[in-house]
Amino acid sequence: MSARYTRGSGRVKPGGGGLELAVWYLMRLSGLGLFVLVISHYLILHVITAPDKENADWIVQMRWSSVFWRAMDWLLLMLVLFHSFMGMRTVVGDYSRGGVRVALTMALYALAFFLFAIGTIVVMTLPNVVPPG
Amino acid sequence: MLVRYHGGEGMLAWAFHRISGVAIWAFVILHVIDIFLVGAAPKVYDTLLSFYATPIGILMEWLLGAAVLYHALNGLRIVIMDFWPPMTRYHRVMWRINWVIFAIIGIPVTWVIFRQFAHALGWTI
Repeated sequence: MSARYTRGSGRVKPGGGGLELAVWYLMRLSGLGLFVLVISHYLILHVITAPDKENADWIVQMRWSSVFWRAMDWLLLMLVLFHSFMGMRTVVGDYSRGGVRVALTMALYALAFFLFAIGTIVVMTLPNVVPPG
Repeated sequence: MLVRYHGGEGMLAWAFHRISGVAIWAFVILHVIDIFLVGAAPKVYDTLLSFYATPIGILMEWLLGAAVLYHALNGLRIVIMDFWPPMTRYHRVMWRINWVIFAIIGIPVTWVIFRQFAHALGWTI
């Protein structure tokens, strides 16, 4: 495996262009976006506000009464699903071969699509309530 | 690969990156489903939230935060080296800087989450 990694650095950039090179760049670009979005998400929702207050009513009446936060959370959904599932595709590729690898990769894509669908449904269709006060 | 440790910061950084990444992926699956339940079954969401607010839930929240912070900082280190290869010479220095930043952000966050933990146990601090 040492040939596939530069010491201390990331996975070697795929040569020859194409989809794999695009994925290599998109992993890094989505990672930079997630650096900001995930850390701010965690600090806002787990540190600044107490998470035990964030029940379903709180999400409807406070968090998602704002189109801005709905848009930010939808962007976060897309970036995190791409980054985490493409990362898992790399893990599956490292530990499995042949038909098992193909089956696991397809299962990852199906699960990612399912989560994208249900996440998009809830962020788009949860009733929009004007916040009190 | 994970168990055949050959030593060196690069290998350790890679192993931690992979372990934290898989853990975060597993939580993302749970978290997208729980937020879907806010619309589909709000009472089920509130029940799950009351688990997140237990001492065990808060401990897991703290570990999630540590995994996210490590993965983010080491990911930034990887991006720096991949986009500016001469920086690979400084991979050990950046690894140590990462742990300094990890502590600077992690210690105050740990204090805030420890207060939630103490509150959930009924301690007064």
